[in-house]
Amino acid sequence: MLGKLSLSAIPFDVPILVGTFLAVAVIGLAVLGAVTYFGKWGYLWREWLTTVDHKRLAVMYIILAIVMLFRGFADAIMMRTQLALAYAGNPGYLPPHHYDQIFSAHGTIMIFFMAMAFMTGLLNLVVPLQIGARDVAFPFLNSLSFYMTLVGALLINISLFIGEFAQCGWLVYPPLSEMQFSPGVGVDYYIWAVQISGVGTLLTGVNFFTTIVKMRAPGMGWMQMPVFTWTAFCTTVLIMASFPVLTVTLALLSLDRYLGMHFFTNDAGGNVMLYLSMIWTWGHPEVYILVIPAFGVFSEVTSTFSRKPLFGYNTMVYATCSIMVLSFVVWVHHFFTMGAGANVNTFFGIMTMVIAVPTGVKIFNWLFTMYKGRVEFTAPMYWTIGFMITFSIGGMTGVMLAMPAADWILHNSLFLIAHFHNVIIGGVYFGYIAGMGFWFPKAFGFKLNEAWGKRAFWCWFIGFYLAFVPLYILGLEGMTRRMNHYNNPDWYPWMLVAEAGAIVIALGIVCQLTQLYVSIRDRNLPENLDLTGDPWGGRTLEWSISSPPPAYNFAVIPDIHGLDTFHTEKQLGRRAHNKPLAPIHMPKNTAAGAIIGAFSFILGFGAIWYIWWMAGLGLIGIAVTMIMRSANRDVDYYVPVSEIEHNEEIYSRRIAAAQAAE
Amino acid sequence: MKKLWRYLPALPALMLSGCTVDLLQPRGPIAEMNRDVMVAEFAIMMAIVVPTCIATLYFAWKYRASNTQAEYLPTWDHSTKIEWFVWGIPTLIIVALGAISWYSTHAYDPYRPLQTADNVKPLNVQVVSLDWKWLFIYPDLGIATINQLDVPTNTPLNFQITSDTVMTSFFIPRLGSMIYSMPGQQTQLHLLAAESGDYLGEASQFSGRGFSDMKFRTLAMAPEEFSAWVEKVKSGSENLDDTTYPKYAAPQEAAPVQYFAHVQPDLFDGIVAKYNNGMMVEKTTGKVMHMQSASSAAPSDTGMKE
Repeated sequence: MLGKLSLSAIPFDVPILVGTFLAVAVIGLAVLGAVTYFGKWGYLWREWLTTVDHKRLAVMYIILAIVMLFRGFADAIMMRTQLALAYAGNPGYLPPHHYDQIFSAHGTIMIFFMAMAFMTGLLNLVVPLQIGARDVAFPFLNSLSFYMTLVGALLINISLFIGEFAQCGWLVYPPLSEMQFSPGVGVDYYIWAVQISGVGTLLTGVNFFTTIVKMRAPGMGWMQMPVFTWTAFCTTVLIMASFPVLTVTLALLSLDRYLGMHFFTNDAGGNVMLYLSMIWTWGHPEVYILVIPAFGVFSEVTSTFSRKPLFGYNTMVYATCSIMVLSFVVWVHHFFTMGAGANVNTFFGIMTMVIAVPTGVKIFNWLFTMYKGRVEFTAPMYWTIGFMITFSIGGMTGVMLAMPAADWILHNSLFLIAHFHNVIIGGVYFGYIAGMGFWFPKAFGFKLNEAWGKRAFWCWFIGFYLAFVPLYILGLEGMTRRMNHYNNPDWYPWMLVAEAGAIVIALGIVCQLTQLYVSIRDRNLPENLDLTGDPWGGRTLEWSISSPPPAYNFAVIPDIHGLDTFHTEKQLGRRAHNKPLAPIHMPKNTAAGAIIGAFSFILGFGAIWYIWWMAGLGLIGIAVTMIMRSANRDVDYYVPVSEIEHNEEIYSRRIAAAQAAE
Repeated sequence: MKKLWRYLPALPALMLSGCTVDLLQPRGPIAEMNRDVMVAEFAIMMAIVVPTCIATLYFAWKYRASNTQAEYLPTWDHSTKIEWFVWGIPTLIIVALGAISWYSTHAYDPYRPLQTADNVKPLNVQVVSLDWKWLFIYPDLGIATINQLDVPTNTPLNFQITSDTVMTSFFIPRLGSMIYSMPGQQTQLHLLAAESGDYLGEASQFSGRGFSDMKFRTLAMAPEEFSAWVEKVKSGSENLDDTTYPKYAAPQEAAPVQYFAHVQPDLFDGIVAKYNNGMMVEKTTGKVMHMQSASSAAPSDTGMKE
C-alpha cells in the first residue's frame, strides 16, 4: 500500500535533521498562522497563487530562489565546518552517509532551484517590459512552469525528512547511481525533482522564446532589442536545445533503476561514459543558460550607471550569440581524463578556450562603457565591478582547466571546485543580485537600501576570496573534491581559512536579509519611493511605465525608433504619448497551474516511494486538469478604457508630485 | 597585536613554505610537463587579466560621477579601433594557448608510451579500483599489492587500468596525469618517477561511502631496492586467484596494505571480461574472443560470473 515507505524512513536518529525539521515546522506554522490571522488567504489565492501576471510570477520565483539559497548555503557551511574539523583522525560531525547527501543536495539545489529560479524570475520581471509587451506569449504555461519548479524544490527538500537524498554528487554519475550501488530512494528523489522542474524550465524556454520573437513592440527590430533581452533570447534557445537532452538522460537512468534496463550499468552492454557525454551535453550549455542573463544584467547596469550607451552594442550581441553556439561544442572538457584520443581532447580543449574570446570581448566592452562616463557607485554597480574582477580571474582558471595537459592533474580537484564557484558566485550570483537591486523598484515601487546592499557586497566579495582561494591552493596540493575527512597536515590550515570565508559569506547573507527588512520598513520615505517609474534614469522601455506597472504593463504599446528609444525621447523631452486608449485584452487568472503542480507532486512522491496507486492518481489528475483547462473558453477579459484612464491619471499625478518635490 | 598585523600579508607565503604543493613540485617528466603547461598558461593569461583588473578599477575611479574634471562623452558607444583591440588581443592569446594545447595534448597523451635515454625496460602494472581500495598487479613479476604501489625510479611505468566496481580515477599527483578507471574497460596511463620518494596516490573521482580513505602510498625507489622488495613480496604466502579474489574485492573502508606472493596470470583480463559477457580482446591478434578460448593456459573460466 505504501510501497517502500515506512516509519523507518524518517530519520529520528539524526539530531541535525530533527532540529532542522522543528525549525522549518515552526517557521512554516508561523507563516501559515499569520496568513490566517490577517485573513489573507483569499488575497493570496486570487492575487498571487493563481496569477498569470509575469511580474507576480517573477516575485514568486525570486522568493523561491532566496529560500533555496538559504538551504544551499546551509549545506555549504556544514560541509566547510566538517572539513575544518575532520582532520587527523577526527571523524567530524557528519558521517559519509550524511555528508555525501549534503554535497549532492548543495549542487542540485544551488543550480536547479536557486540559480535557475532566480534567472527565470529576472526574465519574467524584465523581458516583457523591455520589449513593450503586455504579458508573455503563454501566460498560463508561465504559471505552470513556476509550479513545476516549486514542486521540484519541494520534493528535494522533503527528502531531508522522509527518506534520504542521493549520495553520488549533483549529476548522479552512474554506475554509482544505479540500483546496484544506490538501492535507496535518494537517486529517485533527485530524478523526479529534476525531471519535474525540468518540464517547467523547458516551458519557460519555449514561452520566452516565443514572446521575444513575436511580441516585440512595433519598430523594435532584432538590433533594437535591449541587451538583457538579447541575453534572455540566447538563454531560451539554449534551454530549448539542451533541456530535452537532460530529460532523456535522466529518463534512461530511470529505466535502468525502475525497469532493470542496462543503459548505464556496469554489465550487459551498459556504458557509463554515454551518461557522462549526455549529461554534459546538457550540463555545459546549462552554465551558459545561467551566466548569459547575468551578462545582460551587467550590460544594463553598467550603461545606466555610467550614463552612457553600452559600448559596442553590436559586438556584445555577436559575442553573446557566439557563446551560445560554442557552448554546445565543449562538453568533453568535463572528462578529458576518460582516455579519449589526443585529437578529440585537443578539439574540445581549443573550442573551450575559444569561448574566452567573446567573453573577453564582453569584459572589455563593459570596461569601455565606463570609460569617459559618469560612474555612479550604487550597490548594483558595486556587484558589477566586483564581478568584472572576480570573473576575469575565474575565466583565467577556466582556460587553465581547458588545456587537457593541465586538466589531467586538475580534474576533480578542489582547484576545479574553486574555479566554478569563482564563475558561478562571481558571475551568476553577483549578476542576479545586481539585477535584483536594479529592478526591485520596478517590481515594488521603492528602492532597496543602498548601505546594506554595499555591506552585503563587501561581505560576499571578501568572503568569496577567503573561502575559495584556499581551495585553489588545496587543489594544487593534490586535494580532491568530495572528501569527508583527511590526514594531510598541509591541507588543514587552508580548510580553516575557507571556513572563515564561509562565515563571512554568511554575514553577507545576513546583510541582504537586513537590507530587505530595512527597505520594506523605510519604503515610504521620499528618497526611497519610486514615483516616476524611472528611479535610475534608465534607458529602456521598462522605465517608461509606473512602478509597479499595471497588470497590462503598457496603456499604449510604444513605437520604437531605435536602440534605447525611451532614453532618446527623454532627451528630446517627449515623454507623454497621445494615442487614443483602447480596451486591453488580458488573460484571466487560473488555478490550473497550481492544481497540475499538486498532482505532479503526488505523481513524483508516489513514484519515488513505489506507491503506484498514488503515482497513478497524480498522472490521471494531471491529464484531467489539462483537458479541463483546454476545454475552458473563459480564459480572458478586456480591461475597460475607464480603468486604464484611471491608472494613467494616478501615474501622472505621481510624476507631477515627484517633479514638485524636486 | 598591532605588530602581528604587519606580518599578515606574508601569511600565505608562510603557510605554503612548509608545505608540499604536489602539483608544483613534480617528481617525474609527465608531472613536470603538466606543471609547465599550467604555469605557462597562468603566466600568459596574467598578462591580460592583471591589466584588465587594474583598468576596471582605474576607469571606475577616474570616471566616477563626482569627478567632473574627467571627460564625459554621453553618446560615445563605438570605436572601430577599440573593437579591433578587444577582439584581437583575446584571439591572439587563444591562438598561442591553442598551439600549446595542440602540442602538449599530442606529445604527452597519457596513452603514449615513455622511453628513457638508456632504453630501460618498462614496468607493467595492472590497476584495479575496488570498493574502496586499489589493487596493483605486476603481471610480469607475478605479484600484487593492495593500497601500496612500489615502483623503480627512472623506469617507464605502463599502467593498464580498470575497475571492478563503480568508476573512479587513478591519480598520483606528483607523477602527473590521471586517467579514469571504468568497469569493463581498460584504460592506459604512462608515467615515470624520476626521484625516489613516498608520494600520495588517490582516487580522484567520488565513488561512494569509503571514498575519502581510498588512498595509497606510491613508493618510488632505486631499481636495486625495487628488486629486493619484489623478492620480499614473493617470499610471502598470500595468493591471489579466482578463489581468494572475491574475499579481497569485497567492499572495505580504509583497507590495510596487503602483499600477494603469487597472482593468477589472467586475473586482470578476467575482471575486464566479466562485464563484457566473458569477451576480451586478444592482445596478439586484436580479435574479440571469449576469455575461455583466449586463455587456454588457464583451465577454468575466471569464476567471477555475475
